[in-house]
This record gives sequence, C-alpha cells and structure tokens, in this order.
Amino acid sequence: MRRMMNIAPGRGGRLLLGLLPFVLIAMLYVAGSAERRAANPDDKLLPPVSEMAAAIKRAAFQPDRRTGDYVLWVDTAASLKRLAWGLGIATAGGLAFGMAVGILPLVGATLAPLIGVLSMIPPMAVLPILFIVFGLGELSKVVLIVFGIAPFLVRDLALAINNLPIEQLVKAQTLGASSWQVAIRVVLPQIMPRLIEAVRLSIGPAFLFLIAAEAIAAENGLGYRIFLLRRYLAMDTILPYVAWITLLAWLLDAALAWIARRAFAFAYVTERR
Amino acid sequence: MSSSIAFNDVWVEYGDQIVLERLNLAIAPGSFVSLVGPSGAGKSTLLRMILGQEQPTRGQIMLDGEPMRREPGPDRGVVFQRYSVLPHLTVLGNVLLGFEFAASPVTARLFGAARKAAIAESDKLIAEVGLAEHRNKYPHQLSGGMQQRLAIAQAIAKKPKVLLLDEPFGALDPGTRVQMHDLIRFLWKDCGMTIVMVTHDIKEAFALGTRLIALDKKRRDAQAPGRFGAIITYDLDLTRDSAVPVMGFKPLGFKPLPPSTPAQSQGAH
Repeated sequence: MRRMMNIAPGRGGRLLLGLLPFVLIAMLYVAGSAERRAANPDDKLLPPVSEMAAAIKRAAFQPDRRTGDYVLWVDTAASLKRLAWGLGIATAGGLAFGMAVGILPLVGATLAPLIGVLSMIPPMAVLPILFIVFGLGELSKVVLIVFGIAPFLVRDLALAINNLPIEQLVKAQTLGASSWQVAIRVVLPQIMPRLIEAVRLSIGPAFLFLIAAEAIAAENGLGYRIFLLRRYLAMDTILPYVAWITLLAWLLDAALAWIARRAFAFAYVTERR
Repeated sequence: MSSSIAFNDVWVEYGDQIVLERLNLAIAPGSFVSLVGPSGAGKSTLLRMILGQEQPTRGQIMLDGEPMRREPGPDRGVVFQRYSVLPHLTVLGNVLLGFEFAASPVTARLFGAARKAAIAESDKLIAEVGLAEHRNKYPHQLSGGMQQRLAIAQAIAKKPKVLLLDEPFGALDPGTRVQMHDLIRFLWKDCGMTIVMVTHDIKEAFALGTRLIALDKKRRDAQAPGRFGAIITYDLDLTRDSAVPVMGFKPLGFKPLPPSTPAQSQGAH
C-alpha cells in the first residue's frame, strides 16, 4: 500500500471529487426543505428550489412595481461599482506605496511603522467616522474598502520586495540602472504576480466591507437588499442573492488567477501542483 | 580597458566581530586575481566592497587612484553564484536590459531603430557565450552553466573595467566548469578587464589567475573568536616570469623527484 500522501486523483477523478461536496450539500438542502415543508406548509426557513427560482425571476426579469427597476441588476451594478472603485484605488495605492516602502529605505523607515499601525485598526470601527466625514453616499463605502485592504497590500508587497534576492538588485545597478529603472524593470514585473495574488485574497474582505457598509446605509446594492429582506424573512430571495454574490466573487478570483498565469508565466514554473 | 584597485588600511567589522583587518592590497590593471580561503575568511566581503555593495568600517578603497563610489555601478560588472540573471526576462531580454538602462532613463525600454541596433549587439554577445540558439528562452529553461554564461554576457555588455566573479562556477559540473574557464579566459583577454574571482576550487584559482591571494585568520582567541580578522596569508604571482614556485612552473634550481618504478614498489613486499 502506498502512502496516502502519494495517492493523487486523475483529471476526471479530481473533477468528480470536487463536485461531490456540492452535490451532497444540494441533496441535504432539498431533503431538508421538503421535510420542513411537509411539517409546516408556511415554512420560510428552507424554501424549495422552485420558490427560489420564482424569486430570482421576480428580481431579475420583472420590473419592480414601485420603481420600475430590475432589482437584481440595479443592486449588482451598484455593488460592483463600489467594489471596483475600492479595489482599484486600493490596488493602485498599495502598489505605489508598497514599491516605495520596499525599494527606498528612507520611505520604508518613514512609512512602514505608520502602515503597520494603520493596518491594525479594525476598519469596521472607523466606519462611523467615515459616515460622519464622507457622508452616507458612495464615497464612504469606497473609502471603507480602501482602508480595509490597502494597508495589507502595502505590507505584502513590501515583504515580497524584501524577498527578492539582493543579487538581482545589485546586478541591475551594475548594468547602470537608476532606482526608478530598477523599480520598473526589475521589481515591478516580479511582484505583479504577488500583487494579483494579494488582490485575490482581498476579494473576500472587500466584499465583507462592502456589504457591511451597504447594510448600514445605502439605497441599493446586494448587501442592502439582503439586509432589507431579512426583515421579511424572505429566504427565497436572500439565498439566491448570497449565491450570486459568491459567484461574482468566485468569477473575479478566477479571472485574476487566469490573468496572472497568462501574463506572468515565469512566476509559476516551480509551483507544486 | 581595465582599472587598478587599491585597498588602503581597510578594516571590516560587524559589531564586535572583526572580519578583515588592516588590508593593504594593490591590484594592477588587467590582472586576474583569484581569491581563496576558508569559509568566513572574508573573501566575499572583499569582493562586495569592490562592488560597492558593502563599505569598509575603516580605510579607503581606490579605483584608478580615486576614492570609489559607495554603490554599485556600471564600471564594475559582477557574476554571482546564483540569482545573477532576471527570471522574468528571456536570454535576449536579460542582455538587452543593460542597453535599455543606458539609453532610456524614463521608460528603460527601447523602440524602433535604437532597439534593433541594441538587439544586434546583444545577439553578438549571446553568440559569443554560445547561447545563440537559446536567445528566446527564459532562465528557468536553461541549465546552470547556461545561466552563468548568460550572466557573463549580461555583465560584459556594459564593457566594465572590473569584472567580479563570486564563486561563479561553484555549482557547475566539472565538464561545464572547464568550458566556462575557457570562456572567461577568452573574454578576459578579449576585453582586457581586471578580474577578481572568489573561488573554493584551488585548481581553478591557479589555472585562471595571474595572481592568487589567500585570506585566513592568522591569530585566534578561543575566548573571543571575533577578536581577530582575516589577513592576506599568501600573495602569489602566477605569471610565467615570476620567481614563485607554483604548479606547472619550474623555478631556478628545481630538480624533479625520480619517478617511482614498479620495481621499487615490488621490493617493498
């Protein structure tokens, strides 16, 4: 008998094994839903799939009776816009500051302690301050996302730069590179894969901050909707919404992973699969 | 084009640990200096000081009679044992980089005719180190020897006056190492630069160098191992007209021992 650690599934086996837990959860849900419904025809906790489908149809394909909006798409667009602004600003800022901190010792000495402290402030604790300072509109939500993930990106990139072999930086200098040239031709391409990975890991927290901000003060958005519907115990809409948010996050993650592998193949050659 | 290097009373200390003490050394332009010595004797420290990556605690290092700039620069090329080439660039990209740094301060990239000219020059260097058919490969697709060839091509693209080699062939197999020796000897004669090479291989040190310098700790204090630093224990001139008896050369009055014969060894039974 071979060791367990040496037994790996094939291609088809991997797919099958990966699907198995999903299928199991779906079966458990359907069975549970049917059982509760049999005991209580008015059960709202585990609505059957048919009711969820009807709720999706209402939210996605029928205009809202009061506003005339297609609620799901309006919510999705509003949330994704906030998320894109937040992630975009955090990524750009994180990259710029991370590189400055990682490459220039003077900037590192000045900013690294500050960023270390900032990253320890729980972002949710400053949300009231953001609402007071930036108002209840879009800005405070974007700022919350930026505040929540940018310090992490800065620190992660600075660490990645510190892990570049000093030999490479010295070699580039012996080839006549200035600090700026080292930054854009030696450091930047080598930390881009790490930046993308860090952003992938930040998608979860970014959604957390987004939904928290929307839950507290918003007029639309995915987080706003599920917290609104909570009052009516409308699980038939909340559950599909959660699945939809999950799908969006997963797609974003997969897209970033795909980009990283396509554009920065050199970074993945020694990876264990 | 080559430079003279001089160490005037150089000390290197890390905290209370003395690495090198009272180093006085003058390296003539165009020489090929082999640096040998046990681990921790400060060979690489000495090399990194010439490189500008490290600074002496006391004393001065002169390059062509002028105090050396306190940072690495294009006048001093280097080949490390590892990590000398950039993993995200192809062979061509790695060699091209030196030209791009020099010609394009803001974008560090070349376009159009300038790029074509730089590529032509890079290709010449790549062919010179025998990597012509691998010009579009990435470093991880190359063997260790080929990566070192690339690092050398990259370094000589800048026509440095000093080339520093930090155990450049230490990780290579013996056959590849011999090839690399031929290459570096050819380039040294061709470009006429001053070479300082750190090596653990005594044979290599004698085979390539025109001068061999051995560093070691002469004095030791069992209670305070960091109290004394390494000094130059041997400084041998390996050129043909030197009077120093070294391998392969016969100094005056040298008489080879008679070879042992099979009869003698049989007589021992």
